[in-house]
Amino acid sequence: MAEQTAKERTRSKPAVGLQPTGEVDWSNYRGVMVVVEQRDGVAKKVSWQLLGESRRLADKLDAPLLALVIGHDVEQLAKEAIAYGADRVYVSDSPELKDYRTRPYSRVCLHVIREFKPEIVLMGATYTGRDLAGAIATHLPTGLTADSTQLDVNEERLLMASRPAFSEKLLATILCKQFKPQMATVRAGVFEALPWDDSRTGEIVRVAPQMSADEIVTEVLEFVAEKSRVNLEDAEVIVAGGRGVGGPAGFQLLDELAKVLGGEVGASRVAVELGWIEHEHQVGQTGFTVRPKLYIAAGISGAVQHTVGMQNSDYIIAINKDPEAPIFKFANYGIVGDLFQVVPALTKAFKERVGKRQETPAGDRTPLHVM
Amino acid sequence: MADAHFNAIVVGAGPAGSAAALTMAEAGLKVALIERGEFPGAKNVFGGVLYRKQIEDLIPEFWKEAPLERAIVEQRMWLLGNDSVAKFGHRNERYLDPPNCWTGLRVKFDQWFAGKAEKAGALPIYETVVTELIRENGRVVGVRTDREDGDLRADVVIVADGVNSLLGKALGAHQEWMPDQVSLAVKEMIALPKEKIQDRFNLEGDEGCTIEFIGQTAGMAGLGFLYTNQDTLSLGVGVMVSDLKKHHIKPYEVLDSIKQHPMIRRLIQGGEVKEYSGHLIPEGGFDALPPLSGDGWMLVGDAAQMVNAVHREGTNLAMLSGRLAGLTAIKAHQQGSFSAGMLKSYDDTIRASIVFKDLKKYRGMHSLMRDVDSELLFNKLPQALNDAVYQMLLVDGVTKKEKQKSAIKLLRSVAGGNMDLLRLGLKGWRAMNG
Amino acid sequence: MLHIVVCVKQVPDSREIRIDPKTNTLIRQGVPAIVNYFDLNGLEEALSLKDRFGARVTVVSMGPPSADKALKQCVSMGADEGVLVSDRAFAGADTLATSYVIALTVQKVEEVWGPVDMVFCGKQTLDGDTGQVGPGVACRLDLEQLTYVEKIEQLDEKRREIVVHRHLEDGIERVKAKLPVLMTAVAELNKPRRASLPGVLRAAEYKPIVWTTNDFANLDRAQIGLKGSPTIVGKTWVPEQKKIDTQMIGLDKGIESAATDLIGQLFSTELPAKLGWA
Ligand SMILES: Cc1cc2nc3c(=O)[nH]c(=O)nc-3n(C[C@H](O)[C@H](O)[C@H](O)COP(=O)(O)OP(=O)(O)OC[C@H]3O[C@@H](n4cnc5c(N)ncnc54)[C@H](O)[C@@H]3O)c2cc1C
Ligand SMILES: Cc1cc2nc3c(=O)[nH]c(=O)nc-3n(C[C@H](O)[C@H](O)[C@H](O)COP(=O)(O)OP(=O)(O)OC[C@H]3O[C@@H](n4cnc5c(N)ncnc54)[C@H](O)[C@@H]3O)c2cc1C
Ligand SMILES: Nc1ncnc2c1ncn2[C@@H]1O[C@H](COP(=O)(O)O)[C@@H](O)[C@H]1O
Repeated sequence: MAEQTAKERTRSKPAVGLQPTGEVDWSNYRGVMVVVEQRDGVAKKVSWQLLGESRRLADKLDAPLLALVIGHDVEQLAKEAIAYGADRVYVSDSPELKDYRTRPYSRVCLHVIREFKPEIVLMGATYTGRDLAGAIATHLPTGLTADSTQLDVNEERLLMASRPAFSEKLLATILCKQFKPQMATVRAGVFEALPWDDSRTGEIVRVAPQMSADEIVTEVLEFVAEKSRVNLEDAEVIVAGGRGVGGPAGFQLLDELAKVLGGEVGASRVAVELGWIEHEHQVGQTGFTVRPKLYIAAGISGAVQHTVGMQNSDYIIAINKDPEAPIFKFANYGIVGDLFQVVPALTKAFKERVGKRQETPAGDRTPLHVM
Repeated sequence: MADAHFNAIVVGAGPAGSAAALTMAEAGLKVALIERGEFPGAKNVFGGVLYRKQIEDLIPEFWKEAPLERAIVEQRMWLLGNDSVAKFGHRNERYLDPPNCWTGLRVKFDQWFAGKAEKAGALPIYETVVTELIRENGRVVGVRTDREDGDLRADVVIVADGVNSLLGKALGAHQEWMPDQVSLAVKEMIALPKEKIQDRFNLEGDEGCTIEFIGQTAGMAGLGFLYTNQDTLSLGVGVMVSDLKKHHIKPYEVLDSIKQHPMIRRLIQGGEVKEYSGHLIPEGGFDALPPLSGDGWMLVGDAAQMVNAVHREGTNLAMLSGRLAGLTAIKAHQQGSFSAGMLKSYDDTIRASIVFKDLKKYRGMHSLMRDVDSELLFNKLPQALNDAVYQMLLVDGVTKKEKQKSAIKLLRSVAGGNMDLLRLGLKGWRAMNG
Repeated sequence: MLHIVVCVKQVPDSREIRIDPKTNTLIRQGVPAIVNYFDLNGLEEALSLKDRFGARVTVVSMGPPSADKALKQCVSMGADEGVLVSDRAFAGADTLATSYVIALTVQKVEEVWGPVDMVFCGKQTLDGDTGQVGPGVACRLDLEQLTYVEKIEQLDEKRREIVVHRHLEDGIERVKAKLPVLMTAVAELNKPRRASLPGVLRAAEYKPIVWTTNDFANLDRAQIGLKGSPTIVGKTWVPEQKKIDTQMIGLDKGIESAATDLIGQLFSTELPAKLGWA
């Protein structure tokens, strides 16, 4: 065994340094490329959001907007990408590309990048996006900006990707002058997709997979979708509660309001620590950073550790007994009052307002698991 | 590994513990310094003023490197009335070269001070709580900690775990402190720009100033303080726990109302409260001193009530006692015996030191506080004094003689008659003089 | 015996970092340095594999000399050895340059202590917050890459197979891979242990191994530090605090009317259109 193991282990010593040697001419790199992330043929929203923003960048650069779709049975995504703004879509469609795996996916990306030379490559800062981008950027090699929240290009055709640092306390613009393409992963929910337009036309280019099935050793055994996994980062409405909610029962009230508004329930750390609700609901520095369209904070004082995680919400409503609570400084609307009365009243008023027409898109919603 | 044997274990890396560890480590003893905080000072609280003498005895010229805030050139004592103040104070340039004392912050100072012990070779064991002493045949042979495989053995254990000393209690050295043997202090750190602090307190560069004040503690026995740091002020008040119990008042309520006092308010105006903390101060004085040593152990610092509350001296007595305990351990190590008889010489050195002598001088203080109505001492008298001064200074056509008479009358009546005023004065004098 | 390398980074506890309102710069002074959370999850997993299968655990970190404290902490928890890669020339590295040095370090660790079966990284750091170094190291060492691991379901030492659960936004993926692998750890993976007292004692006297540029025979100086970092930090700024005119809704006409009023106000914004409320 020892011998065999040793043999297996002595992989050919990899070339740790991957720097390109000699002078490279980057001038023929053109176009902005978005790598589309999908599961089972359904694209992640962030991909279309990225196409929306990239359209603006490509127009500014007077360059084509490209998309790269990898997977199995994903032809229709190429058409969707065009409807969402892409001029040309590279598609690598093959059974062995069904599940995301770093090696075969990154080989396809690397092939497309080397062959078609986009000057900018973007992907969502999702788990998969970060996994893939990190591998590709190292291979090329090139600079990679993580988790950007603002994108722009300047006259020198440089990508200016800005990202939060130090728990959102600072923003920094990152550039890469040395290599092409310039790469960034981009946070979900920051940009808006263009309206779907199926009259748009574009080119579809097929790309062969770059690894054969038997070369791929990693195997995805199964994917277990977690219906109950709270998705605060993508939520458009969040009804959050803190110590003032008083216990799990109080969170049921918030859940009812969240239900009629079609949102998720969030929580402050105190509420999580007291065991009233699970950690996956926590908003803030040690929880999730969220930017929903509407954030309702009930019984939350507004400590900075909490507000850094939600202050970028479009609209904030604060409900608190204490008129001096700092949360009001962040709120568009404030009610000084007892949440146990105000929250049910809001639920009722909203129901009345939308009448019977409104039935929550319940399928999209995660059931609340209070503890 | 766990059976690693030390010459000495020090429990608590406050001023007392670090002083002991430093002294012993410098002499080559194998010392473990155990502290429950994430690092020494992480959660420690004091006013606070650090005095040169006892630190210098351990680390010559320490002020050139220690993290200190401001060198105190002026000390003020204020008697607060409702909307007035009568002031005493002393400022002297001679306090500068070298300084007599500094303001300091425990988070920085304790860390630095313990670092000195570490550099001298003491082994730091932090984020570790000593849960009990290990005893064999009546002798302390080590400590048990809250970590896995957490027993540690040594020839001697120096207990420096502060005012709440659980270990001191376990040793039977003392009982739960009585409510009149401790005061509860609360303190706020208020951030202000340097220049503002310098202007408001009439300071230049790193000069500092302290204010102690009496009065406005809702009639409870208590002392307030306002100290200048580099770019923060420490504002706090300590109130006897027995009085807090009697009055059902929370200490932060006292602090809040003091912050509103016109003389204090303008000094802290515009500042941002950065930190809030609370801590007990031993007030029992001389008569509360417990036995200081036994078979395999010694007790130092606050754990042994070594605080001179009248002069807010605690860290210096802690360090001195730590050093003396350390020296005793060194001697014991040389002679190869850590018996109760041997360690008794620590008690003797304390007896011969200022710890003992100063505490003895103020011995009567504690019973004075107990016997005299706090309302009288901490509210009525300061107020009456303010009123008297007000009248004396007011030019309103009344003769000076009349004014003097009515001022004395006022004070007398507040104290409850001529004889009582005299008696109170005498009592006070005695309390301050052993 | 398994040989596991754990990559840890000492980071400022970013929660404690404040912005100087006057100069708009970070106040790092007095901010405690800690071992990046997720790196401790990586270490804990390595240590629990050590407990179960027997393993050698080597911790590596690139950072300033003061980062030896982080390595000591890892040793107190049970790591066998800590290597600090430290040199002024490494300073200013971005993720590309960092992954280069760490990959070289892992190779050197292999030369000294034998082949490595697993490398752990944290899913991301508190300060860099990129999650790119792990994939970068895997790529450079040609290791299978398993990011966001929340559970090791199975390890078959003989067949050199590992089955892990990857934590994704919308679910869990069970993946089987062949050793050697690089894994990045998420908080759900485990709860890092508290060091035992003997561990603390050992760490207190332990001196981490330090490697500088001179210790790497084939180091390409063009690829390290600031020079080897293609990303450039342009301007930095403090995000503007949105100026908000808070509109207070009074309860003087009763709660119901206030609620109706507030909902009415919401309906006069773009929210109903965006959220598809009727
Ligand atoms: C390192 C670190 C990281 C942290 N990370 C996070 C984080 O990620 N997320 C986070 O949230 N916190 C975090 N915190 C904690 C944070 O500092 C605050 O302690 C916490 O956010 C406070 O939660 P709260 O507002 O629910 O509770 P509190 O501050 O206690 O406020 C409760 C509020 O409810 C109001 N109230 C009470 N009853 C009622 C009622 N019936 N009706 C209406 N109002 C009522 C009260 O007036 C009060 O304002 C962190 C702290 C630290 C030190
Ligand atoms: C508000 C206030 C103002 C003061 N102002 C002044 C002043 O201006 N000047 C002055 O000289 N003195 C002042 N004092 C008094 C002074 O702070 C104390 O006398 C001094 O700190 C005592 O030192 P110590 O080492 O004995 O105890 P501490 O400083 O209390 O240290 C004890 C240490 O032991 C640790 N510990 C406790 N239990 C355990 C355990 N079981 N296991 C491990 N570790 C443990 C603690 O974490 C702590 O670090 C003030 C006190 C207060 C509260
Ligand atoms: N300087 C470093 N030394 C050791 N490991 C590092 C260093 N920087 C990053 N890492 C590892 O890479 C992971 C991801 O880091 P990052 O890409 O900076 O978010 C961290 O959790 C560490 O495990």
